Amino acid sequence: MDNFKNKFLNFINENKVVMLFVVLCIGAIYASGNPLTFVAGELFTRIGRNGFMVLSLLIPVLAGMGLNFGITIGAIAAQIAVFWIVYWGFEGISGFLLSVLMATPIAILFGYLVGKLFNKMKGAEMIAGMVLGYFADGLYQLFFLYIIGGIIPVSNERLIISGGIGVKNTIDLAGNLKYSLDTVSMLKLVEILFYVVVAVAIFKIIFNKVKKTGTSIVKDIIILAVAIVAYAITFIPSVEAFLASDRLLLLYAVTIGLVIMALLQVWRIINNRLIKKDKEYSIRKPIVLIIVAIAAYGLTYVKPIEEILFFVNIPVTTYLCIVALCVFNNMLLKTRLGQNMRTVGQSRVVANAAGIDVDRTRIIAMVLSTVLACWGQLIYLQNIGTFSTYGAHTQVGQFAIAALLVGGASVQKATNKQAIIGVILFHTLFIVAPQAGKELFNNAQLGEYFRVFVAYGVIAVSLAMHAWKTGIKPIGKDNKHAKLESQKA
Amino acid sequence: MREKINNIYENIGLPRIIIISFFVFMLIISAPLGLSVPNLLGDAIRRWAMYGILVLAMVPAVQCGIGLNFGISLGIVGGLLGSTLAIELEIANPLISIMVAMLIGIAISSLLGIGYGLLLNKVKGSEMTVSTYVGFSVIAFMNMVWLSLPFKNGELIWPIGQQGMRNTISLNSSFGEVFNNFLDFHIGDEVTGLHIPTGLILFFLFTCFIVYIFMRSKAGIAMSAAGANPVFTQASGINVNKMRVLGTAVSTALASVGIITYAQSYGFLQLYNAPLMMGFHSVAAVLIGGASVKRAKISHVIIGTFLFQGILAVALPVVNKLMPEGNLSDVIRIIISNGIILYALSKTKGGNR
Repeated sequence: MDNFKNKFLNFINENKVVMLFVVLCIGAIYASGNPLTFVAGELFTRIGRNGFMVLSLLIPVLAGMGLNFGITIGAIAAQIAVFWIVYWGFEGISGFLLSVLMATPIAILFGYLVGKLFNKMKGAEMIAGMVLGYFADGLYQLFFLYIIGGIIPVSNERLIISGGIGVKNTIDLAGNLKYSLDTVSMLKLVEILFYVVVAVAIFKIIFNKVKKTGTSIVKDIIILAVAIVAYAITFIPSVEAFLASDRLLLLYAVTIGLVIMALLQVWRIINNRLIKKDKEYSIRKPIVLIIVAIAAYGLTYVKPIEEILFFVNIPVTTYLCIVALCVFNNMLLKTRLGQNMRTVGQSRVVANAAGIDVDRTRIIAMVLSTVLACWGQLIYLQNIGTFSTYGAHTQVGQFAIAALLVGGASVQKATNKQAIIGVILFHTLFIVAPQAGKELFNNAQLGEYFRVFVAYGVIAVSLAMHAWKTGIKPIGKDNKHAKLESQKA
Repeated sequence: MREKINNIYENIGLPRIIIISFFVFMLIISAPLGLSVPNLLGDAIRRWAMYGILVLAMVPAVQCGIGLNFGISLGIVGGLLGSTLAIELEIANPLISIMVAMLIGIAISSLLGIGYGLLLNKVKGSEMTVSTYVGFSVIAFMNMVWLSLPFKNGELIWPIGQQGMRNTISLNSSFGEVFNNFLDFHIGDEVTGLHIPTGLILFFLFTCFIVYIFMRSKAGIAMSAAGANPVFTQASGINVNKMRVLGTAVSTALASVGIITYAQSYGFLQLYNAPLMMGFHSVAAVLIGGASVKRAKISHVIIGTFLFQGILAVALPVVNKLMPEGNLSDVIRIIISNGIILYALSKTKGGNR
């Protein structure tokens, strides 16, 4: 019983930030009087819009560089690309992919430079990142206001200020990049996936045959067959009609997610118990998860929840991108590079002694984060549909970091789960705060100021808590812990 | 000889050389462009004295060891509260009005500064990161306060709705330009000549002098020692934490005096998000003057503010002549102020650890 009590207290202590914001969100939703369906609809749009950006913050945290305020620079790289893509007149998903293709090298270069700079000011990355964001904003303004049109000849009535020098305040993306990623249909995704799988399988077969490695090709042929069958299924009219849409009703998404979760647990039990014959393996956890999945499915029949599930549509491709990034963040941890980053994050001295090139690892972390942030900004812009030339990037770091922290992350530790929870809570507050302010104090402006205050305040408190904790902790303990970790790696 | 030049170069630093040459270059090309050089210089001098005290607030902060104080927003907020209270009281005499504003401002911001100093003692090593966001959150918090303060004076609140303060409050009927107009005179013509706001300059120099005396006093020296070498200072029986709180409080109080001086010269009180980045500008100015994260002198303040504000004062008209559209000087300000902060940060931290 005592043990249980301790666990409970621990849980509360670890999740106090999240719980505070859950209470705050519920209170604000209640006060605002907004219908739940409206809040949920807005919320799922915003998760798709901002989730990727928030997840791009995780890698630098792992590498011990704290919260990367420098993601502004990734956003700037994206915006440079978007401007040119719009100027050259590309449209739709091809335009989007081209902007990814163009923005990525810029982001890699920027990330490399930022990493170099951060290596010169270790321990002060966060303040440097903030200042760097403002500095980069200055250069960006110089480029967009004076160099475009002033030095680089650009003439386009829709984009350039009437004097001929400088880019207009807002660029309308409707008709070119708006929803270019969101509207990629599931059918197209399946098609692309099919071609990729087929190409890889055939390549593997040919490679093994030519090189005479002697590897059995049965497995590849099975994969090929499965892929062809799966692709064939999409030609059944009813399936095709379902997949032709680019939005997925939340109800279906939840159902599919729960089924996959349950199947995964069943597979785990079968794999461990029957194939590997691992007697030690406890089936308690998977069974609990399966029950949770079934219970969750049962919940979808509750009236208010059902209403929301039938109301909200989610853009499939965008959400898949976010899921892919979550998977990538997890996979990275299992690679050598990820382990190196973790060691560097725990102690640079130990990492150095273990033969890890600290500076290089840190630069890689920054490059990855900057590129991901750049893609995140592209996703954001294509969803929001209007590109505010001089404003879209300024608050990026602030809001993404605040969201991450609201999810319970700290300067040293941040996970996918915390990022997603953070986005949900932070943006719920963002959606309902003005209305709540209006209902409670008869002043919508107050609610708007309140949400800005939350963004700043949560960062301030979290930074202070972090500094407070690290100040108290004796140095020796930290190093010892890092040593153990690096030995494990 | 070469070594000497190298030495001087090292001492001044590349960014400062760039900034000084930029300033001189702007001055040189302003005359052929048909701009009145005395006018520009007069503007530079006015802005120098106007911003000076805000920059001066950096000195005690850096010297007591908390580093560059991005959190002077706390003091600024205190000063703004003092000013609004003084306006609400409708004191007729501008001189008394500004004194009341300053006294209230100093009182509020000293209290805030003490609390802030206690917080910074808990977060040793990352004061700058914390102080930036404490500064931002205070401004954001005050946004809500400005909206809901129960002031009644028509100068302060929006005429419609009778709730919430205005964005900019005119100081015409209270203490606007009270220092600027004290014993001011023109060198040369009224329109194109050099205008010297004597009172403003005197007040700025007077404040510098007070800070100078404070830094030379027993407490001031103990404070500087606490900042320079905390372990040694603690060993010699001085309470380092107390000294840091003292330095923070003085810095915050100076910021409140600074914002009031700024506002009286500008003629308007700016509330809400206007002071958000003022901390950054003050930090940039003192760094341009030659200060570092560990050391700042009053001479750094005087030189740095003049260079920083001088560039802005001169660059604006010059650039507008060259490029009529847009506001390049604002962009220049962003690049210079943040560039110099980055440079200073890269000079102090690092190594291969």
